[in-house]
Amino acid sequence: MGDFLWVIVLLPLIGAIATGLFGQKMSKAGVNFWALGSTGLSFLLAVIAFIELVLRPASERVIVNTVYSWIAAGDLNVNAGFLLDPLSGIWLLIVTGVGFLIHIYSTGYMSHDHSYWRFFCYLNLFMFSMLMLVMGDNYLLMFIGWEGVGLCSYLLIGYDYHRDAAATAGKKAFVMNRIGDFGFMLGMFLIFVTFGTLDYQTVFNNAHDKLAVGGAVATAITLLLFVGAVGKSAQIPLYTWLPDAMEGPTPVSALIHAATMVTAGVYMVCRSSVLFDMAPTSMAVVAVIGAATAIFAATIGLFQKDIKKVLAYSTVSQLGYMFMACGVGAYVAAAFHVMTHAFFKACLFLGSGSVIHAMSGEQNMEKMGGLKKHMPKTYWTFLISTLAIAGIFPFAGFFSKDEILYKTYASGNIVLWGIGAVAAGITAFYMFRAVFMTFHGTSRVEPEAMKHLHESPNVMTTPLIILAGLAAVGGFLGVPIIEGWNILHNFLGPVFEHGGTAHGPAEHGEHHLTTELMLMGVSIGIAVVGIAKAYIAYIKHPEITEKLYKMFKPIHTVIYNKYYVDELYDILIVKPTVATSRWVLHKLVDEIIIDGIVNGVGDFFVTLSSMVKKFQSGLLRDYALTMMLGALLFVSFYLWGGK
Amino acid sequence: MLNQYLPIIVMIVAAAGTAIGMIVATTLIGPKKSFPDKDEPFECGVSPVHNPKSRFSISFYVIAMLFIIFDIEAVFLFPWAVIFQKLGMFGFIEMLLFIFVLAVGLVYVWRKGALEWE
Amino acid sequence: MDIVIPSISFSAIMPELVLLAVGILILLLDVFSEKHSGKLAYIAVGGVATALFFAMTPITDPSTTFAGLYSADRFTQFFKVIFLIGTGLTLLISEKYAKENNINHGEYYSLILFATVGMMFMAGGADLITIFMGVELMSICLYILAGYTRARMASNEASMKYFLLGAFASGFLLYGMGLIYGITGQTKLVKIAGAISANSDNMMVLVIGAGLMIVGFAFKLAAVPFHQWTPDVYQGAPIPVTAFMSSGPKAAALAAILRVLVEAMNFIQVDWIMWVSVLAIMTMTVGNIAALVQSDIKRMLAFSSISHAGYALVGVSAATSDGVSAVMFYMLVYTFMNIAAFGILALVAKANEQNTSIDAFKGLFRTNPVLAAVMTIMLFSLAGIPPMGGFMAKFYIFMSAVNAGHLGLVLVAVINSAIGAYYYIKVIVAIYFQENPEKPEPVKAGPSLVFALLVSVIAVFVLGLMPDCYLTIAGKALLPF
Repeated sequence: MGDFLWVIVLLPLIGAIATGLFGQKMSKAGVNFWALGSTGLSFLLAVIAFIELVLRPASERVIVNTVYSWIAAGDLNVNAGFLLDPLSGIWLLIVTGVGFLIHIYSTGYMSHDHSYWRFFCYLNLFMFSMLMLVMGDNYLLMFIGWEGVGLCSYLLIGYDYHRDAAATAGKKAFVMNRIGDFGFMLGMFLIFVTFGTLDYQTVFNNAHDKLAVGGAVATAITLLLFVGAVGKSAQIPLYTWLPDAMEGPTPVSALIHAATMVTAGVYMVCRSSVLFDMAPTSMAVVAVIGAATAIFAATIGLFQKDIKKVLAYSTVSQLGYMFMACGVGAYVAAAFHVMTHAFFKACLFLGSGSVIHAMSGEQNMEKMGGLKKHMPKTYWTFLISTLAIAGIFPFAGFFSKDEILYKTYASGNIVLWGIGAVAAGITAFYMFRAVFMTFHGTSRVEPEAMKHLHESPNVMTTPLIILAGLAAVGGFLGVPIIEGWNILHNFLGPVFEHGGTAHGPAEHGEHHLTTELMLMGVSIGIAVVGIAKAYIAYIKHPEITEKLYKMFKPIHTVIYNKYYVDELYDILIVKPTVATSRWVLHKLVDEIIIDGIVNGVGDFFVTLSSMVKKFQSGLLRDYALTMMLGALLFVSFYLWGGK
Repeated sequence: MLNQYLPIIVMIVAAAGTAIGMIVATTLIGPKKSFPDKDEPFECGVSPVHNPKSRFSISFYVIAMLFIIFDIEAVFLFPWAVIFQKLGMFGFIEMLLFIFVLAVGLVYVWRKGALEWE
Repeated sequence: MDIVIPSISFSAIMPELVLLAVGILILLLDVFSEKHSGKLAYIAVGGVATALFFAMTPITDPSTTFAGLYSADRFTQFFKVIFLIGTGLTLLISEKYAKENNINHGEYYSLILFATVGMMFMAGGADLITIFMGVELMSICLYILAGYTRARMASNEASMKYFLLGAFASGFLLYGMGLIYGITGQTKLVKIAGAISANSDNMMVLVIGAGLMIVGFAFKLAAVPFHQWTPDVYQGAPIPVTAFMSSGPKAAALAAILRVLVEAMNFIQVDWIMWVSVLAIMTMTVGNIAALVQSDIKRMLAFSSISHAGYALVGVSAATSDGVSAVMFYMLVYTFMNIAAFGILALVAKANEQNTSIDAFKGLFRTNPVLAAVMTIMLFSLAGIPPMGGFMAKFYIFMSAVNAGHLGLVLVAVINSAIGAYYYIKVIVAIYFQENPEKPEPVKAGPSLVFALLVSVIAVFVLGLMPDCYLTIAGKALLPF
């Protein structure tokens, strides 16, 4: 069994090809049929495959489906094969499930778009690439998927290519991702040089023979891989593309820039946990960067006015949590958070999309307010997801965030824990700020937009309700404290047990019941304080907020402008690069040296070609003569020269 | 071994030398007056390229070619007939196939009208 | 005198028999009734499909049959499949062309089938005489086919040139065979090798004989300097015939060269590797360089086919089993992409080949986007750009040559593929970025052409993305080195 894994991956590609080639001539129903049909079927098969996986005994939960031997060139031997184990299974369900829901939602959201088919073609292509990334059984397939999702993200961010901002944001995302990809590629080469293969199983089984724990090679490989993860998952210092990526249509932000693609880095680190566990230095780097990103992005989120920007910075911040978990060896917690985050963040984005749709494209929260009564379904789902992200019991985010914080604490990284806890409070504050500014208070909606204000159609609200439901109860998969109840942990745990070798310290620690309960109390407390503050600042006494803004204007300006990181990059990297490129590379190297050589070579061959053409006289006797001379040369070549 | 061929080589060299020598001598010392007719090969008063005086019917060639084909059939048939008994049934069928293929050819040219004289 | 009738395995030559029978059937149908003329192409395709079925039936026991005149082995089978694919695709792209150009006669299809039979005998021949028979059967059919559009002067010229030079080349071939027979007293390839290893006097004559034979085959392969007929003949012949001539016969010539060199001439391996390398370098370079300045697509593809023969020769010169399987894979890919490119040319050039210049392709993207995309795929594949089959084919050829230590040769080949990309991309530029001032109507492809192109596109991608399966089959179809 498990022979049909390749079908799961291939179906979205078929959808993409069908809509891409013939979509222009199809009706919307036709596009829906291909795009939704293929992803829906893919989701269905994914569920079947997953059930099959779950039914197996814990020790046999690895299904490998080798389709064919893809490249066999010298030492490089790569199969096109797919791997289903608990880790890829979780991602498989998230990608196909959330992906399918977002497809449904998009049929409503994009219904007024003029190139409807193009959107679905890209979206399906994205699904295909993401599944390749997750399901591949070796690093090369992962890399192909990795590049594929990067390309699709670029295409979708710049979907409204006639808007300059969208096109620029697409480019920015692409370039930043390329920096990360470069690291991934180098890491992959190093793996190949070290192990002679790119196959996961072979690499991981041989890791302890070929690498020393804490050795330079292990550290180099993992750090290079992590550079790739930093680019794809928008961590410091390569995070700036993600907020800009909000230029894309909102379903895209939900699917790619919240639920799936940006977690690819987390997946890669989890997948390579064997290697990471052997490199403590890299683990420390991962944890510190994760924690730093979590708090840094959270503070930027405090004062953003654009509803999608708030969500974008919260995504960056939540991704930071996941990396922090990876860094302390709590891979299960990281995967758990990826899952719950996929639910509540996709719901939040889709909810914001619903709001934007209703507001005729307005994204500025200062021009919203009081929307609660106009769009109740959107409001309630948005609220549930916000409670989830804020970490309020019993919503999903509480369990996963709490597990990360507890594992961090248990591994002895008190400072990291502190940062995480503070960031959680900030998150609760700015997320509720968004809720209050959008849905509560007095309406600041422009009269023109007021006329069109309406609840979104059912195709859009149904996915919201499903996702909100998942965000509400999804956390119970990983109930802490009681050993046997943590289903997710029992399911995923074996993937990260590497035959009695160096575990992440977090997995070792005994469950200290009291500590854990205490920490839970602390984090809920922090969250409640955050919410309360937001309530005071934006509902109860807005005038105090105004005063505070005035008092701390310089700080506010700095944070509102995202610490001027974009400007800093512009001055330090972009401007010098452009200048070098224009003056040194373009004027000197390109125009003078390379063009000179290229044109020279070109002219040379064209001249040569004209000379050869002259031999082609068209006269039979000349041809016969050439043959005769050729034969003579041929034979005499041997008689005089050959021997 | 090569000694045997020495006279022949001497002969070739002498013959080639004579021919080349004469051509070289005439080009060097002969008078040069060229006009179009003189530059033609085989100049002896006859134009080398001209339309034929009379037309041949293509049918001549077609009939002649067909004749040759069936002539060859006969060439194969005679020796086959001589050892017919030794070849047995296998040889018989083989020869039938051979004749069949030729017969198809004949039918084909017939239907194509290649045998019509007009 | 006892006559021993040799044991004959008819199953070994089943594809040939099928093609001959269908060829004769088509001839008779054509002369007896007018009403079948529309179906002739399909009958021929049916024959090819049947033959393909027989050619793909696995054989258990590689052996020779017909008293050692014919090899029934996987090598023969693999090449038969290549020929049949080439023939099938040619017939499919011919269908519309033949009707539009008034050449839809039974003879046209029969000659194509008979030529294919000739190629099969070239690949399967275990005896100099069988091989020579194959060469002649193939060539004579091609001479006629090249001149099949009698109304066009260029076609007549092509036929005449091809015939005269072909006869000249056959002379070389036959002379080489004669010398070898004269020294060894044998015509069977295996026995020639045996006779030489028993008595290696007169090596010089043997080498000259081998050289002359290679010259004869090199002519059919259109290797430089025996290539000069190619552009003129390819340009003059009807486009489907050009497609046919530039794929099947080349593969057949390669098969014959491989068989003769490996089975009979391995005692002078050092020499023939040298010869083949020199041929390869000249063929690639001259083919590519001459193609650069062509503005006529038909002529450009003619030169490009010369250069592709050069790449294939690089694989031959490796003289390893990897090299041979790479050559076989190359010819398989090449057959698809080459014939498909010609098929599109036949369509775009319109009836009577009004316009085969690059201008005909200008703005094709606007009038026929799908056709433009297919042409782009084929040109990319010919240029050797991944993930198309052409890339993998080149890759394996170069790889085998590198492993055999011919680094310099591969360097020349790589430079050549870079040059080659230029003229293929020139056409793509015309398709997408140039306007056709005449604003032509979209051309309409018939169902058979659509089918041929579909098959080719799928094949080019499948061979590019999963080459290993086919390479494994080719690897099992080797000659014993």
